[in-house]
Amino acid sequence: MINLPIFPIVIPALAAIILLFAPKQIRLQRGVALGALLVTFAVTVLLIFTVSQDGILTVNLGNWPAPFGITLVSDMLSALLVATSTLIVFFIVWFATHYFSDAYESNYVYVAMLFLLVGVNGAFTTGDIFNLFVFFEVFLISSYVLIVLGGKGVQLRESIKYLLVNVIASALFVMAVALLYGTVGTLSLADLAQKIPLVENQSVLVVIGVLFMIVFGLKGALVPLHYWLPGSYVVAPTPILAMFGALLTKVGVYSILRTYTLLFDVGSFTQNFLIILAVLTIVIGMIGAIAYNDVKLIIIYNIMIAVGVILYGIALNTQTSLEGALYYLIHDMLIKAALFMLVGMMIGITKSGQLRDMGGLITRFPLFGWTFFIAALSLAGIPPLSGFFGKLLIVQGGVAEGSLFGPLLILLSSLFVLFSVIKIFLYGFWGEEKRAYDGPLVPHMKKLIVPTFLLVAVAVAYGFGAEAMHPFITQAIEPLVQPEIYIDAVIKE
Amino acid sequence: MNRKNDQVNDVILQTAAVIIFFIIIVFSINLFFAGHYSPGGGFIGGLMTAAALVLLLLAFDSKTLADVLPFDYRKMTALGLAIALLTSLHSIFWDRPFLTHAYGKFDLPLLGEQTLHTAIAFDLGVYLVVIGVTMTIIQTIGESE
Repeated sequence: MINLPIFPIVIPALAAIILLFAPKQIRLQRGVALGALLVTFAVTVLLIFTVSQDGILTVNLGNWPAPFGITLVSDMLSALLVATSTLIVFFIVWFATHYFSDAYESNYVYVAMLFLLVGVNGAFTTGDIFNLFVFFEVFLISSYVLIVLGGKGVQLRESIKYLLVNVIASALFVMAVALLYGTVGTLSLADLAQKIPLVENQSVLVVIGVLFMIVFGLKGALVPLHYWLPGSYVVAPTPILAMFGALLTKVGVYSILRTYTLLFDVGSFTQNFLIILAVLTIVIGMIGAIAYNDVKLIIIYNIMIAVGVILYGIALNTQTSLEGALYYLIHDMLIKAALFMLVGMMIGITKSGQLRDMGGLITRFPLFGWTFFIAALSLAGIPPLSGFFGKLLIVQGGVAEGSLFGPLLILLSSLFVLFSVIKIFLYGFWGEEKRAYDGPLVPHMKKLIVPTFLLVAVAVAYGFGAEAMHPFITQAIEPLVQPEIYIDAVIKE
Repeated sequence: MNRKNDQVNDVILQTAAVIIFFIIIVFSINLFFAGHYSPGGGFIGGLMTAAALVLLLLAFDSKTLADVLPFDYRKMTALGLAIALLTSLHSIFWDRPFLTHAYGKFDLPLLGEQTLHTAIAFDLGVYLVVIGVTMTIIQTIGESE
């Protein structure tokens, strides 16, 4: 089956198109969306095993040969990330079927969610930098729909900000692509990797590289380009927020990982630039995570800490640190989605996002409480839960490079993460019930906890199965450390 | 803008619009078919058809347009997307890469020997999507007045 890499993109698109015909039939919407996601996930698992046996898979779209046409490239890195995103979206849609009201669901919400997955999976799979831009637009347009659905005043205000930031970032993206094309004369990632070392004026490439880092940094919410993130994420409904928090910033991080290791590792300037951004992002994320008492905002600032940690691993660009970065990236996607669903449930029960209005939830919802506790420990990286191994490898990689400040900061950030989520646990779940909670989600708790619990279980299994995952992670890192593998797979002589 | 249709003195606009509408439609179809080897194609053809529909909308009103052309433009968008995706998918069954198109020469009645290309079906999908999206946007903005 030579077309295997295209299916994780096409199946959700096909399902979304079918759902466009019947926006008001909610049962059909739920069924088709969940069914399609399950099939997509099965295909991605098949993809992972095919890639692990046969090596990198490529599809030359329209049968145009590689450096000239658009190539889709499924290496282990993209296969793992595509599988993770599909699994997360499956659980989030499952959660959403019990979370949203019927009226909300009939506004094309599942269509937008599926198209968002199309964009994300496409961005992970594509081997062409302009095509990357196209898939960015696909998921951004879906995210505009999702963030504005509901039409509350604050939502409209924040979506204008979100839209402006992303439109500007997209414009910069096109400019950077044009500059790159003007300098090197190709847009295929593999071909670029081949030709960039031959360019005489390497300083131009540093400028282009930094421009790309700014574009992807805007999507990935790196300091100082993060200012839009807390505001626009906090207004979105829980399932949407879980989707954005788990997937969208991570696509930015993935793009940095791919382009930096393959193309722009052109001297110490870009490396120092990335390390400084990573350190700043961790610091601002730490400050934000402990400064707020709003549960959503605490988790949102935790996104920034995670992005910073991953970026530090990427910037070091050694075998160990990249393994750690990828390990942590997958962990963070899983656990952030679960945590956003959990805090969304807290808000749905207590009708308030503030910790001072909560308390004693664990006596009434014990399973919910303990699920949150496990997720919180996992986020902080308590061994043997999933956050631990990624951080360990990144820290090892940093120490091996002779740097001490970065690894220490990452360890310190773990303490801040632990403090911020345990604060939610202590104030939200322990203690006395402040009043009889009568939020809109109370009657649905039994149904809502199932997908959340399963997602946390997947994250825990990911931590316990670290040893089993290791060969896959190693295989995913190979083409990043040795770009020749990637180039040879795409451009077959 | 609560003017009733029959009270407005726009005979010239309305008479001209009806004729110009057909000219634009014919030209847009010409553009649509020209698309493969020369400038044109589904996108620009669809935009021009949508422009013709907007002209009717300006000369008359949205109710008249809905009476004359009772399309659900959202469904039209969905149909266009479905056609485009399915024509891209057909190559998978022949074990060729996604988006590979097929073409061949056929003897058609009246037209003689012509080249038929699956890209035209893809373009038809694009054409429908462009009309559907443009008209949905314009109707959504127009109706909220």
